[in-house]
Amino acid sequence: MKLTLKIWRQKDAFSKGKFVTYPIEHISPNCSFLEMLDILNEQLIANDEDPVAFDHDCREGICGMCSLYINGRPHGPDDAITTCQLHMRKFRDGATIVIEPWRAKPFPVIRDLIVDRTAFDKIIQEGGYISVRTGGTPDANSILISKVHADLSMDAAACIGCGACVAACKNASAMLFVSAKVSQFALLPQGRIEARERVKKMVARMDELGFGNCTNTYACEAECPKLVSRSNIARMNREFIAAKVL
Amino acid sequence: MAELRSKVPQGPVAEKWTRYKAQQNLVNPANKRKLDVIVVGTGLAGASAAASLGELGFNVSIFCYQDSPRRAHSIAAQGGINAAKNYPNDGDSIYRLYYDTIKGGDYRAREANVYRLAEVSNAIIDQCVAQGVPFAREYSGLLENRSFGGAQVSRTFYARGQTGQQLLLGAYGALSRQIKEGQVKMFNRHEMMELVLVDGKARGIIARDMITGKLERHSAHAVVLATGGYGNVFYLSTNAMGSNGSAIWQAFRKGAFFGNPSFTQIHPTCIPVHGDYQSKLTLMSESLRNDGRIWVPKRKEDAEKIRNRTMKANQIPEENRDYFLERRYPAFGNLVPRDVASRAAKERCDAGFGVGDTGLAVYLDFADSLKRLGKAVIEERYGNLFQMYEKIVDENPYENPMMIYPAVHYTMGGLWVDYELMSTVEGLFVTGEANFSDHGANRLGASALMQGLADGYFILPYTLQNFLAGQIKVPRISTDKEEFAGAEKAVADRIDKLMSVKGKRSVDHFHKALGKIMWEYVGMGRTADGLKKAIGMIRELRKEFWKDVRIPGKATELNPELEKANRVADFLELGELMALDALNRNESCGGHFREEYQTEEGECLRNDQEYMYVATWEYRGEGQYEMHKEPLVYEELEVKQRIYK
Repeated sequence: MKLTLKIWRQKDAFSKGKFVTYPIEHISPNCSFLEMLDILNEQLIANDEDPVAFDHDCREGICGMCSLYINGRPHGPDDAITTCQLHMRKFRDGATIVIEPWRAKPFPVIRDLIVDRTAFDKIIQEGGYISVRTGGTPDANSILISKVHADLSMDAAACIGCGACVAACKNASAMLFVSAKVSQFALLPQGRIEARERVKKMVARMDELGFGNCTNTYACEAECPKLVSRSNIARMNREFIAAKVL
Repeated sequence: MAELRSKVPQGPVAEKWTRYKAQQNLVNPANKRKLDVIVVGTGLAGASAAASLGELGFNVSIFCYQDSPRRAHSIAAQGGINAAKNYPNDGDSIYRLYYDTIKGGDYRAREANVYRLAEVSNAIIDQCVAQGVPFAREYSGLLENRSFGGAQVSRTFYARGQTGQQLLLGAYGALSRQIKEGQVKMFNRHEMMELVLVDGKARGIIARDMITGKLERHSAHAVVLATGGYGNVFYLSTNAMGSNGSAIWQAFRKGAFFGNPSFTQIHPTCIPVHGDYQSKLTLMSESLRNDGRIWVPKRKEDAEKIRNRTMKANQIPEENRDYFLERRYPAFGNLVPRDVASRAAKERCDAGFGVGDTGLAVYLDFADSLKRLGKAVIEERYGNLFQMYEKIVDENPYENPMMIYPAVHYTMGGLWVDYELMSTVEGLFVTGEANFSDHGANRLGASALMQGLADGYFILPYTLQNFLAGQIKVPRISTDKEEFAGAEKAVADRIDKLMSVKGKRSVDHFHKALGKIMWEYVGMGRTADGLKKAIGMIRELRKEFWKDVRIPGKATELNPELEKANRVADFLELGELMALDALNRNESCGGHFREEYQTEEGECLRNDQEYMYVATWEYRGEGQYEMHKEPLVYEELEVKQRIYK
């Protein structure tokens, strides 16, 4: 395949960025998107140019580190996958591909396509857990959980924290991310004990960090690589109102 | 010279851990506040340790190279975690889990450590459920189990095909809580570059801030390395791109001994290699072998037709299929341990029965299970794995059998540790995949998660405390000490040296070349001649690297090429040690298969008289290593040939 890449280049958080165009040839359709960028970087290094910096690690769609905004879509033109699972066969020969970092105020650019997502960690630190210490816990089977609730909890827990939901949202809202964690625990009996405090604290922190509000367009759900459902947002709203009122 | 004292407590194997805990030293709460601990790595072993130590009241600093601790590669573990709960009432017990693990490791693990692992396994499941890990459940509301390779019971707990993710997020939650409480300080996008010794004890590290390139000094009363395995020495593996062996290699260079470096696990069910631009291999969980049947065509002419795409798998009638695992190992069938399954697949492919374009693949077929259980059940059990396969290979595994081939997955070898998980450097503890201890020559499926969490939640909080009890009079370590200055300078010099090579070839070029040598000669089938050849080739390549590597950019900025160069420079030394270790071990055991030593049926031929020991290597300068032996003594178990027929 022969392609034209338009890639966002930005030296660091303080510099201004711009698009730079790179032609690239002889790409196999079975090549993954990140492998295509590896090939580009090899060529840049050979020409004594700076390679394009991008985040990636597991390259099997689970660590949540890769984060490219490709042709206007987080994780590119396929559903239910991360960028590292995207393959070049999803593009036509001769195509122009525009590659940008996540764009959201709480995710500042560090360099080129790498952004800082520690805001997500900060939200989790506020209460995205059950406050249990190591040891002294009851036998695992002493807590009965209906299969329906366990499955729904697992659906929510599948979130990989990549930030595609924020990047897709016109308001840069983190509601899908936060609601997934709130829901995972709200659905389990061992998570109910702190449910009210948890939702209040996490929502407050989310607002404080500059994430926007939800205006129900559900772009987050459409772009979520793990198909986390918007019904989690509804559940979180319910939990939040109950926590405030009761 | 450090000496090898395993410090295994006296008494019957089932009582050793209890005795240890009864006799160990503790630190009172007021003194805990005065003691600092560094943990490197935020996977299961690191995050669980940091959280537990923070809860106890120690001051913890934890480091990871990723942008968030939640990304550590434990997250990619799919299938499950073992425990001896015996919930299915199928005959499991702590003893049986211990027995299976020792046997699975081909009698090359330390007995007392393995028993302790089995002993604490149940508490891990309790802990994770209390944390809200959404394990699979039955309609009764009770936990569900499935079976894994090397066991005849169902003892594996799982959360769909994302068990590692859910366990890690549980530990990450516990860690996040301690960060919020100020007990743990998190350093993300930081890479450990050097271990700092003061008076022979591990007292700190030099870390590089990966955004600014700045070198930082961090001190503590003890250092824990939970940095995972070094499978990326093969370039292509199921490890994450950033997974590396540098932290343990730096510690090795500072005096920590390396145990069984050549013990590598090649996982049988990975998606086959498809091109030379490929950057990594994707695992298909071992759990698939519960419902999938592995086969190749019985007739060579059929295999040939499949390779040149004139025939499809579904056109081969039942009688012309060779379910080679079921044929060779009727008792365990498709659920034989990983090393056995991998070798059997390689044997068929080498003999000309392989499928796929390259002939380096076998089928993993779900047709029978789909018929028996229906698509909905299969989808519920393995949906995400099937989806992952389809995205990569562009074929629907519900309609055509999957194609799989073995790939490097895990390293049983690692830094040598005693019963307390302390290395030969005082105050340096090593946990999880980074140490050598529990899996012998082959790890059983769903045991890595068990070990990582056992070490972090339930072993290190005791054994590290025992060490720290002796440190209460040691004031906070100053980073102004000359040892820190010296270590920092050594790191800066090495980075300068790398940056000033200004050669013509990229880091990846060398990494790929090393990977090819390792896979060819230090992979699934090893011979004395091949290993000698590999050692020569690696030495050449290492020289070449230091003469011709090109690293663009500066050291004082975010520079992924420099990060890779540092890691590959270490792999170029570690690869040689792996080959040396494989050459020393004139026997076949577990994942270590020396072609000269096999039975008539092609199974591993162990040599217990001469090699029932942990080969423990000491660094004596680059390319110079001295081997020491820790004899393996089995007090409880009778040592047998490993048979899965």
